[in-house]
Amino acid sequence: MSSILPPAKRIWWKEPVEKLEVWWIVIAFLWALVLFFMMPYWHVFGKQNLSNEAYRISAEHFQRKTQEMVDKYTVRTETDQNIPVVQPPAGSDVYLIARLWQWWPILELEKDKTYRLHLSALDYQHGFSLQPENINLQIVPGYEMVVTITPNKSGSFAVVCNEYCGIGHHQMVSRMYVKQSDGENGNGHD
Amino acid sequence: MATTDSFRIDPRSGLQYHRQAETLIKVNAVAGVVFLLLGGILALLVSLTRVPGLHVLDAARFYMVLTAHGIDMLIFWLLFFEIAILYFCASTLLRSRLAAPRWGWLAFALMLIGAVTTNVAVFQGQSSVMMTSYAPMQAHPAFYLGLILFAVGGLIGCFIFLGTLVIAKAEKTYEGSIPLVTFGALTACIIAIFTIASGAIILIPTFLWSVGYVQHIDALMYRVIWWGLGHSSQQVNVAAHISVWYAVGAIVFGAKPMSEKVSRTAFLLYILFLQLACAHHLLSDPGLSSEWKILNTSYFMYFAVLASMLHGLTVPGSMEVAQRKKGYTRGLYEWLRKAPWGNPVFSSIFLSIIGFGFLGGISGVMMGTEQLNMLIHNTIYVPGHFHATVVIGTTLAFMGLTYFLLPSLFNREVAFSRIAQWQPYVFSAGMYTLALTLMGAGTLGVPRRHWDIGFSGTALPYEYPGAAYLMMTLMGISAVVAFIGGGMYIFVTVWSILFGKRLDEGQRQPRPTPLRLPVSEAIEGHGGGAGVLEARGTFALALVFLAAFVLYYFINWKYLGSVWGIN
Repeated sequence: MSSILPPAKRIWWKEPVEKLEVWWIVIAFLWALVLFFMMPYWHVFGKQNLSNEAYRISAEHFQRKTQEMVDKYTVRTETDQNIPVVQPPAGSDVYLIARLWQWWPILELEKDKTYRLHLSALDYQHGFSLQPENINLQIVPGYEMVVTITPNKSGSFAVVCNEYCGIGHHQMVSRMYVKQSDGENGNGHD
Repeated sequence: MATTDSFRIDPRSGLQYHRQAETLIKVNAVAGVVFLLLGGILALLVSLTRVPGLHVLDAARFYMVLTAHGIDMLIFWLLFFEIAILYFCASTLLRSRLAAPRWGWLAFALMLIGAVTTNVAVFQGQSSVMMTSYAPMQAHPAFYLGLILFAVGGLIGCFIFLGTLVIAKAEKTYEGSIPLVTFGALTACIIAIFTIASGAIILIPTFLWSVGYVQHIDALMYRVIWWGLGHSSQQVNVAAHISVWYAVGAIVFGAKPMSEKVSRTAFLLYILFLQLACAHHLLSDPGLSSEWKILNTSYFMYFAVLASMLHGLTVPGSMEVAQRKKGYTRGLYEWLRKAPWGNPVFSSIFLSIIGFGFLGGISGVMMGTEQLNMLIHNTIYVPGHFHATVVIGTTLAFMGLTYFLLPSLFNREVAFSRIAQWQPYVFSAGMYTLALTLMGAGTLGVPRRHWDIGFSGTALPYEYPGAAYLMMTLMGISAVVAFIGGGMYIFVTVWSILFGKRLDEGQRQPRPTPLRLPVSEAIEGHGGGAGVLEARGTFALALVFLAAFVLYYFINWKYLGSVWGIN
C-alpha cells in the first residue's frame, strides 16, 4: 500500500509498468549511452586526452633526468631562489618536479609546438594546475606521468599546486611561459 | 524477557517500535546530530577563512579544522544517522525485534570511541592530513586507529541490520517481500559492507605503517583502495537518503512506489555498479589506463546514473500519483502547489530531491567523465559538487526525517514549529548558493583545500580572475546562511528532545502485531500500464532536468576543446 509497507501484490514483479515510466527508462538509457560513448569518441577525435604513459620511478632518478635538462637548456634564472628557466627545443622531453613546496624548474615553451611533459613528485602527492587554462593533473610520488602537450595560446601561465601537501601548500605556485613561435613573431598576439 | 522485548505502538504513525531498537535508534541519531553540530561550527570557520581577505584561521589551524570538518561530517554524522536508519528500516518497518541488541551497544561504543579518538588526534595538531589522508603524508597512529574502530562498529551495525531481516522473516512478522524502503536500506547496508572492507584493507596497513611495522605504502595503491572507502561511503549516503525520500513520500502522502519493479531494479543497479565510481577520483592519475578509467567512471555504461534518474522520476512521481488520487488533478502541477509546503518533513525532502538532481547529479556526471575531469580535478568545484549531493541530498533528507521522528520516535512535539517550518528553506538557500558558487569558482580554477588563493608572500604569484574572488565572497555569505539554517535544525531538535512537550507514548504490548497484507489491496490498486499518464507533471520536470543536463554536459566538452592539446 505504501513504500514503507510490503508490496500490496505479492507477485509485484509481474505488475505492468506505467507508460511514462517506460518512456523515461528508454530516454535515460539512451542518454547513458551517449554519456558513455563520448569518452571513446573524444579519444579518437578530441585533442585533450590523458596519455596512458606512466612509469614507476624513484625520486633520485627523476631528479637526475630533470637536472640533465636544466643543465642543457637553462636560459636565465628567476626569483631570489634562482629557479632556472629552461627553454628546451620543440618536440623534446621536458621535466617538471613537484616537491615541498616548489615547482622546479620553470619551463619556457613555444606556442603550437609539441612537448613530452614528464611530471613526478619527490615527496608527497601534489596537484598540477595550469592557470588560467584550468588543466589539472594528479602527481603521485613514485610515478612518472608523461603527457604530450601542445600550448595553443602564448603568454605567462601559472602552475598552482592543488593537492594539499602540508603547511606550505598555498605557497607552491610557479610559472610556465609560452612564447610565440619564430614564424609568428610580431603578429600582434599577446 | 517479556519487558525487554516489548513493543510500543506509536499512536500518531501506527509504527511499532521494539524497545531495545528504539533506544539504539535514539542514541545513534543523537550522536550523529552532535557530530553535525561540531562539523557545522568547523564548517563556518573553514568557509570564512576561505573568503578572500578574511582568513579567520591561520594556515595551520585551517588545515586542521578542514580535516576535522570533512571527517566529522562525511563519516561520523552521516554514518551514525545511517545506523539509526538501518535499525529503523529493519526493526520498526518490519515490526521485528532487533537482532542482538547488546552487540548494538558494542557497535555504538566502538563508533563513539573511534570518532572521539580520531577527533582528538586531529585537534592535537599532528594529523592535519585531510579526510583523504593520502600516503605518504602521515597522520598520528591514533587518527587511523579511531577510523578503524569506528568502521568495526559500523560493520557490527550492518550485521545487526541483516540479522534483524533474518529474524523478521523467520518469525513471520510480515508477509510477502520487504518494503521498498527496507530494500533501499538493504542496498545501503550492502554498499556499506563493501565500503568498510575497502577501508579495512587500506587503513590497517596504513596504521601499521604509521607505527613503523610496515615500510612503505604505495601512494597510487593507497589512492585506488582508499577511494573504495571514500567514494563508496558516499554511495551509502545516496542509497540511504533515497530510501528516506521514499519513506517520506509514504509518510506524508501515503505514496506507494509507481512500480515496485522499477524502483527495486534501480536499487539493484546501485549494488552492481555504484561502487565503480571510486574511479572518479583517479581520472587524472598516472598509471591507470584509459580503458580502466572509462569503464569504471561510467559505472559500466552509466547504469548507476540510469538508476538515479529512475529514482528521480519515481520518488516525486509517486507523490504526484498519491496527490492526484486525493483529487488534486488540475493541470500539471496542482498536486505540487497544494503539497504541504509548511511541513518541514515534506519541504526538506522536496528541496533535497531537486538540489541533488540538478546540482549534485549533473555536476557529478560532468566531473566523472574521463577527459572533462581535467577541467575540475582538485579544484573547489569538487566540494561544490559534493555539498550538493551529501549536504543537500543526504543531510537535508535526514533533517526532514528528523521532524517525523521527533513525535514518532522521541514522543515529543516539534518545538518552535515556526522555526522548523522555515528551517529547510533557510538551509537550502544557503546550501544551494554555496554549491553553485563553489562550482563557479572551481570552473575558474580555484583550488580546493587551499588557505590563500592570493599567494601572498610568494615570488611568482598568480592572480585569479575577479569573478573567482566574487564567487568566494558569495560562498562565504551563503555559508553563513546555511550555518544559520543548520543551527535552526539543531536548536529545534535539541530543544524538542530536552524540553519539548511530551506526547502520548501509546500502548505497549509484548509482541508486535504482524504486518498482514489486506486482501483487497492485493487484488486491485493502481498498477499503471492502463495508459493513464498519472505522473505527467513529474515527467515534464524530468524533461527539464534532462535538457539542463544535456546542455551543461556539452558546454563542458566545448570548453575542453578550447584548451591546450594534451595526449
